[in-house]
Amino acid sequence: MSLSRQDVAKVGLLSRLALSEAELDSLTGELSKIVGFVSQLEEIDTASVAPLAHPLDSQNVFRDDVVKPSLTTAQALQSAPRHDGECFLVPAVLGESGAA
Amino acid sequence: MTAAAPAAAPYTTVIGLEVHVQLQTQTKLFCGCPTTFGAPPNTQVCPTCLGLPGSLPVMNRHAFDLAVRSALALNCTIAPFTKWDRKNYFYPDLPKGYQISQYDLPFSSDGWLEVVDPKGAFARKVGIIRVHLEEDAGKSMHDEAAGTADTRIDLNRAGTPLCEIVSQPDLRSPQEARAWLNELKLLLVYLGVSDCNMQEGSLRVDANVNLHIPVAGQGGAADRIAKTPIVEIKNMNSFRSVERALAYEAARQWEEWQATGTEMGKMPKQTRGWDDPAGITRPQRQKEESSDYRYFPEPDLVPVTVSEADIAAARAAMGEPPAVLRTALESKWKISAYDADVLVNQGRDLVAYFEDLATRVGEGKVASNWMQQDVLRTLNERGGTIAEFPVRPEHVADIIARIAAGEFDTSRGREIFAEVLASGKPVADVVAAMGIAAVSDDELVTLCKELLAANPKIVADVQGGKEQAAAGLIGQAKKKNPNVNPGKVRQMCLDLIRGM
Amino acid sequence: MQPLQLSATDLVAAVHRGDVTAVECVEAFLARTAAANGTLNAFLTIDRDGALARAAEIDARRKAGKPLGPLAGLPIGVKDALCTADLPTTCASKMLAGFRPPYDAEVVARLRRADAVIIGKTNMDEFAMGGSNENSAFGPVRNPWDTTRTPGGSSGGSAACVAADMAPVAIGSDTGGSIRQPAGLCGITGLKPTYGRISRRGLVAFASSLDQIGPMARSAADCALVMETIAGHDPGDSTSIAGDAPAYTRSLEKPLTGLRIGRVAAHFAEGLDPEVAKGVDEAFAAFKAAGATVHEVELPHAKYGIPTYYLVAPCEASSNLARYDGAHYGHRAEPGKGHRAEPGKGHRAEHSGSDGFESPLVEMYCRSRAEGFGPEVKRRIMLGTYALSSGYYDAYYAKALRVRRLIRQDYLDAFQHVDLIGGPVSPTAAFKLGEKTNDPLAMYLVDMYTVGTNLAGIGGISFPCGFTAGGLPIGFQLQGPALAEPLLLNAADRFQRLTDWHLRRPKPIA
Repeated sequence: MSLSRQDVAKVGLLSRLALSEAELDSLTGELSKIVGFVSQLEEIDTASVAPLAHPLDSQNVFRDDVVKPSLTTAQALQSAPRHDGECFLVPAVLGESGAA
Repeated sequence: MTAAAPAAAPYTTVIGLEVHVQLQTQTKLFCGCPTTFGAPPNTQVCPTCLGLPGSLPVMNRHAFDLAVRSALALNCTIAPFTKWDRKNYFYPDLPKGYQISQYDLPFSSDGWLEVVDPKGAFARKVGIIRVHLEEDAGKSMHDEAAGTADTRIDLNRAGTPLCEIVSQPDLRSPQEARAWLNELKLLLVYLGVSDCNMQEGSLRVDANVNLHIPVAGQGGAADRIAKTPIVEIKNMNSFRSVERALAYEAARQWEEWQATGTEMGKMPKQTRGWDDPAGITRPQRQKEESSDYRYFPEPDLVPVTVSEADIAAARAAMGEPPAVLRTALESKWKISAYDADVLVNQGRDLVAYFEDLATRVGEGKVASNWMQQDVLRTLNERGGTIAEFPVRPEHVADIIARIAAGEFDTSRGREIFAEVLASGKPVADVVAAMGIAAVSDDELVTLCKELLAANPKIVADVQGGKEQAAAGLIGQAKKKNPNVNPGKVRQMCLDLIRGM
Repeated sequence: MQPLQLSATDLVAAVHRGDVTAVECVEAFLARTAAANGTLNAFLTIDRDGALARAAEIDARRKAGKPLGPLAGLPIGVKDALCTADLPTTCASKMLAGFRPPYDAEVVARLRRADAVIIGKTNMDEFAMGGSNENSAFGPVRNPWDTTRTPGGSSGGSAACVAADMAPVAIGSDTGGSIRQPAGLCGITGLKPTYGRISRRGLVAFASSLDQIGPMARSAADCALVMETIAGHDPGDSTSIAGDAPAYTRSLEKPLTGLRIGRVAAHFAEGLDPEVAKGVDEAFAAFKAAGATVHEVELPHAKYGIPTYYLVAPCEASSNLARYDGAHYGHRAEPGKGHRAEPGKGHRAEHSGSDGFESPLVEMYCRSRAEGFGPEVKRRIMLGTYALSSGYYDAYYAKALRVRRLIRQDYLDAFQHVDLIGGPVSPTAAFKLGEKTNDPLAMYLVDMYTVGTNLAGIGGISFPCGFTAGGLPIGFQLQGPALAEPLLLNAADRFQRLTDWHLRRPKPIA
């Protein structure tokens, strides 16, 4: 199962990773190899097997609707690359919201 | 490029709504941060809702209960087994880089909510595809005017519990859509699930709309329905905006259909933003990649099971929804659909007030009139809740009873009501202080004789056959003694004149 | 009294008795750390002042007759994947260089309450992705037995720390073998408990359904001691198992008679170094001599463990690492060169190469992450993103989850017939630095004996069972059914009463 360079570029954008030309080349090879390797799972008949997302069989874990102390604004912003004392600052977001 | 000649009505507007409702819990969905509106930025955050490394979510039980309550009131089926999924995308108001939501196994589905116009203009039962529970994102604020290159991010709202309610495309007009939203809001407020305040963002609406256009078959082809591409409208900030936006968009799609004839499926679903000041929708920029959210089961949360006993308990705790309450009031108190609608729209507490009043009065119509004309009017003027309203049902019932007994007329009764409200004094004290006393028959006779003596022309008119002239005496009578009953004055004067 | 010679259990007892002070203990291990860390690079942060202050406070309390915690005075190295509010938490990544979280991991809080003394944060493969500790952004860790070789990974720093006596105990994390494999390569004991046994709150997530924290020490007894402090339910972790942990130190002495240990023939097929195979079989023999019985069992889907793991883990990781985007914390790229954004125009870049991001925000994300992450992390994020993406989900991620269920069932079936499964923990002894770094797939295979444990959510322990002719440790692994940690620790402890592999130490680094 081979990935094209274009596939890898698309995945790069979806992953928000800027990739150099050299990286695109090497990743195309590496990812194709790894995907080829993991594709051996196709050999196994899993038609009647349900996916196992959680190794535990537990359910219904909840907490009470009780207020707990929050961080201070200073703590919340302490590692922010840019902030104005109240909010995180990021490069201008244009117009609409993120989720389409 | 012209469209084929339309049959009957040119088109049907087909509308579906997607509503996000913030649940009225003390804390967020996955952490103990408070959800109060209006706090200073980034003062209600913790490692979990900030998405700090190593942070983990734990589900708020009360949020789940409120969600189940909402879904039951919307006649949905509650899934016996439900789970959460990650919806992955990058945006600065989404600190984890994914939203914990529900994808393939939402906790409820297949419901409906009916909206009936009290004046009979429409009735629509709108299907609900699903209701699911997810976390809200934070707020990004961009100050275009300030001209800076930065967007400010406040994560106070991140993690607030949201119910997403997705309707079937069953609505057929912008008016219906607005009315349905009002009904939905009323229902959720009645349930105590949300305050549904669009100004504060606790209710948000996106709309999907397209047109179904009957196209007459040509050259032997059958008649068919052509469908315009579905447009999603965002950025509507009030129910009125929703109505206006849908009306605009329907008209715009009709124009576009006539110009281009483009049908659904020929282009991807478009998103347009409503510009309220301009009164138009504008296309929004297409994203670089179409949304591939790479949903997968949330490994940090375990699934939730809901038993029949859980559902029964939730139902028992719910109370009557507005639709049921309206019908009950109409049949029990013999009031009109319109009146029932007005009362129910004001909430459970006001309905309780009305029923208390009606019970004391022994009758619904009079009680309903007093509710609408006096109680509601003054309540709206004063502000505050019906629970805080100083005039209680027993006071109103007292006034109504005295009017029925003839102590004073309705207009006097209104004055007494106003004075009781203003002074806080008991009805009896106000009646006495206003010098309201029953007018004895002797006093009435004396008064009327005085009036007749002072108004020879009116006497002459009445004797000449114009009985209605006697009405001119009533104002004078009230000036002399405000307690007189106008009807009795008129009758007494007429009797006296006849006896002359 | 020589603190460096003491087991953790004996050290803590000595501190309680007053035979040695906490400060003396911490000083001794700090001295060893100072001497060795320049060569081994096991620690990324050493907190000399903080550790001594804490030790002094413990000594003061003891003097005042106040009670001491069960780990009083015990120096501990903590893998830099666990949040510590007072020390940087970097996950050995440039993305989090200098990052200080505003809170402690649950395990860290429990260790502190127990009066353990954290002397520093240990090196690791970046974001726990690796099997040799060569993926650290701050230099590889060297194996104390042979400094031209790797200590294994991703908890390579923690393993080297214990092996070189820089601390008697270290905390690691294990997602596909990252405690057990480095323990095996460094000649120490490491336990990955059943999934959910220890709270993951404050452990920087790599693969949420696979990650577990665990103790690494010279002996199973020392691991048991630490487990009593760090294991148990945490309501702040929804995947945490309900109920308190058992008293692990009290069940160590059960005799091995009647213990049924499984042996998987397929483990001994191609890929397993002959010296390691020999050492492992000698361990089986030692167990038999002590009264256990050995039975052949099958784990029919074991060979699919690596491909399954290398789908499940990268998929979860691609999502867990999305938060490192330069927006709220961590590394952010300097704005500027290399982008040609056309806001509002729907500019469509053919690829995310140097010419053309759709907006300054996307540019910030792409460049911050490209600068902050190393090549292995990028590889796994890309792999995971691909395998979850539209059109591929069913063939890859969902398929892997189905095979995962089969792998778990294999263990459930096998444990009908045996109490524990024994075998190798690593296909070879410690390999040379640079030996596998050119071939990601070759590196992935070092986990071949350990990934099944994480996929099934069960517990596993590794401990030394011999040495190669070249003097490198050989590790033995026991795996048990869910919540079998008492039995795992008991069996390992009994083995360590009968053998002395675990007491051997490498030559101290000058």
